Amino acid sequence: MLYKDILVELRSKEILNGMLLFSLVIAVIFGFIFEPGSEELKTAGSGILWILLVFSGNIGLARSFNREYENAMMQGLLLCPIDRSAIFPAKWIGNMIFISFELLILIPLLVVLFDLPLGEHRLGLAAVLLLGVAGYSAVGTLFSTIAAHCRAREVMLPLLLFPVIVPILLAGVKASALLMTDAGLKEAGSWIKILAAVDIIFITASFLLYEHIVEE
Amino acid sequence: MKKSLVILAAFTYIGMTAALYAAFLYAPTERTMGEIQRIFYFHVPAAWVSFLAFAVVFVGGIAFLRTGKSHWDVLAYSAGEVGVFFLTLVLVSGPLWAKPVWNVFWTWDARLTTSLVLWLIFIVYLMLRSSLPGEKGARFAAVFGIIGFLDVPLVYMSIRWWRTLHPAPVLGGKSGSGLEAPMLATLMIALFGFTLLLILLLYINYKISRAEKDLELFDKEWRNGEI
Repeated sequence: MLYKDILVELRSKEILNGMLLFSLVIAVIFGFIFEPGSEELKTAGSGILWILLVFSGNIGLARSFNREYENAMMQGLLLCPIDRSAIFPAKWIGNMIFISFELLILIPLLVVLFDLPLGEHRLGLAAVLLLGVAGYSAVGTLFSTIAAHCRAREVMLPLLLFPVIVPILLAGVKASALLMTDAGLKEAGSWIKILAAVDIIFITASFLLYEHIVEE
Repeated sequence: MKKSLVILAAFTYIGMTAALYAAFLYAPTERTMGEIQRIFYFHVPAAWVSFLAFAVVFVGGIAFLRTGKSHWDVLAYSAGEVGVFFLTLVLVSGPLWAKPVWNVFWTWDARLTTSLVLWLIFIVYLMLRSSLPGEKGARFAAVFGIIGFLDVPLVYMSIRWWRTLHPAPVLGGKSGSGLEAPMLATLMIALFGFTLLLILLLYINYKISRAEKDLELFDKEWRNGEI
């Protein structure tokens, strides 16, 4: 299942291309709002990064599920002789991989475009982003399945998703801002702990609730 | 009308009248804030009651997913509507009180932000419900209601941390500490009155939703010529 999603994506590249171009467009808008290289940008850097992550992730999540429902793919999936509980992990990890991969391309681009300071603790920053992506795509996978059934699905997904992920956003922005400026490493650690705790709650809840919403 | 409803309505009437009396006539005027502080006796109980209603959404959602019985879903949905109503009262009365006391309508402190996020979540919950009719919508809304309610303590904690780690200008805390006895008594009466009001509204809303559902079913059967 995971393999299938990645294969389809490798063939079409429509999710990744869409996400990347979308983030680039938003990044350009940020470029007009903030003076490049200014102090404002340095303090807002972590926020910009997370906004791009959330917005482009939203596009990727929506795409990944609409694809299943076009051509009644989901029906085929449910008819497959696999355990239904395998759908959620596969979808979740697939979405995680897409978003992480996108960040992998996006972050160097932001460094080039905005002279974004990443700070000394690159590994820590990567861990924070990965934690954020994990929680975000867990709830995102759950909600994009819900939104795919709604009439106004494009509007529904961000409406469902954004208020709920506030804790992930807060902890993530704070932790990465502290890491990027090399200030308050101890504080960053406590934010990472919150992020991890929120992740555990979200992932467990999504995992448990998912079986109630998969259907043809 | 059913007897139980009449009795419940009568008690709610007494409770709310007592709350009004206590808030406007019995409770002393607060020294620094003046008359405006009397909003307190409506603001806090409304917040408490809306929270209670969302807890019903949460419990109803879990019960519905476990048993699949539609009356749990109807209960959760009715509670969601009533909860949003009360939380809207909170979000309207809060700024009215804050403007003269804090000098701003709104501040991004933990309680306020959490209430706003909670309000957004449950508005979306109602929206989701109305955009997806039938059993499917009920299940999806239950899932969303559960996650949404779980989210509330997380939002509150993260925002509180956000503010306390960073010294932010706090424009005065709540007058929760050291309430005078008559004020505390008034608050208790108001809490009691509002809780009764919640139960009454929930009960009526539940009955209406049930009736609507029955009517829909009847309509369907009528069209199909089964009756």
